[in-house]
Amino acid sequence: MFDYTFQWRQALRALPQMLDGALVTLQIAVLSMLIGVTCAVLLAVARNASSAWLRAPATAWVEVARNTPALFQIYMAHFGLGSFGIHLSPYVALLAGISFNNAGYLSETFRGALRAIPATQVRAGRSLGMGQAQAFRLIVLPQMFRIAFLPTTNQMVWAILMTSLGVTVGMNTDLAGVTQDLNARSFRTFEFFAIAAVLYYIIAKVVMLGARLLAWRLFRY
Amino acid sequence: MIEIENVHKSFGNLEVLKGIDLTVQKGEVVSVIGGSGSGKSTLLTCINSLEKIDSGRILVDGTEVHAKSTDLNKLRRKIGIVFQQFNAFPHLTVLENVTLAPRKVKGMARQEAEEIAVRQLTHVGLGDKLGVYPGRLSGGQQQRMAIARALAMSPEYMLFDEVTSALDPQLVGEVLDTLKMLANEGMTMICVTHEMGFARDVSNRVAFFHKGVMAEIGPPEQIFGAAQHPETQKFLSSVR
Repeated sequence: MFDYTFQWRQALRALPQMLDGALVTLQIAVLSMLIGVTCAVLLAVARNASSAWLRAPATAWVEVARNTPALFQIYMAHFGLGSFGIHLSPYVALLAGISFNNAGYLSETFRGALRAIPATQVRAGRSLGMGQAQAFRLIVLPQMFRIAFLPTTNQMVWAILMTSLGVTVGMNTDLAGVTQDLNARSFRTFEFFAIAAVLYYIIAKVVMLGARLLAWRLFRY
Repeated sequence: MIEIENVHKSFGNLEVLKGIDLTVQKGEVVSVIGGSGSGKSTLLTCINSLEKIDSGRILVDGTEVHAKSTDLNKLRRKIGIVFQQFNAFPHLTVLENVTLAPRKVKGMARQEAEEIAVRQLTHVGLGDKLGVYPGRLSGGQQQRMAIARALAMSPEYMLFDEVTSALDPQLVGEVLDTLKMLANEGMTMICVTHEMGFARDVSNRVAFFHKGVMAEIGPPEQIFGAAQHPETQKFLSSVR
């Protein structure tokens, strides 16, 4: 009834290569989150700004990031910019695409979190002699990150899974890329992708665990 | 010395301060009473320029608060303000709440800031709560922490904006005791308050605000014993 013979041994022999790929995946995800969080904070602030010159580009970024496929965003970073003579390597294009996407989603999360912090908190800081930026950094940001923490970890997992889209722009060193290459050489599609799926699952779980530990350490209040 | 001269302030079409004149001398305690919407809280926030004024001027030790050239961050260091809502920074411990501004605004070393903070917190009776987060404190304790936080900047003036209004009745006393202690130590204070007993016992002068106008000001004996203005009499008979 079905004559496919599983060949796990061959697939497992490639495990070290796949683990190397998993590390690259994790690296891209973490970097894209660092860049994404930084840009998202700026976008959230810009979206709340009174100047339309700040609001408009920020809104455009968020609209595109949230309402177009991540695949399109990565394609644009690689092939789109290529048309204008800006050639990004698959690694950089993937990182840029995911960071762009992360920033768009996270900025909305952060914007909501900012609204949850009473304006009187800034007032209290200002009345103690803090400047606007100082009060934002010392009083608002730490509270914002706490409120936005859980949705941010969701985005982190999403970023890990999005890295697999890198194969479409020729990325061959991350987990999806390595797996695809191994598959192309051996046609053991099921075995390799099953192992890759397990590795993605483990990465996501480890990252979530790390996030929980971080939250436990940081948010004692 | 705080000098308030013919200050006007509107929110949209609503004029909340209609020409206020008031001078507060060093070491003086002035209580401001009046119904809600009478402009008393707005006046306080105008003194340290958290709110802008439309006309008139406010001088603190000769510095015009609302002048463009005034360094507000510097000026605010000598005017402490405590609000009705305690505005504790929830992400910081009690000690960190109090050391934050001395360290980050005044650039004080951590150790020095902590020494001052511990002294101020002990002063207001929170010496045993240093490592606790504000969420674990009662309203009265949070409010006393807010007072210590303002005092840690060594202000020369303290403004209190209805600091007991958001408290459960049984917690009001502990905060008022703290204010009395400060008054006895010679702190210059302007207290917007609904606590008539406090206003009578602690103030050098009591000002009655009505619809954006300072209707009457005088020593507590006069205001509470022989108020001249009919609105003052009406207000006092309604709160007694």
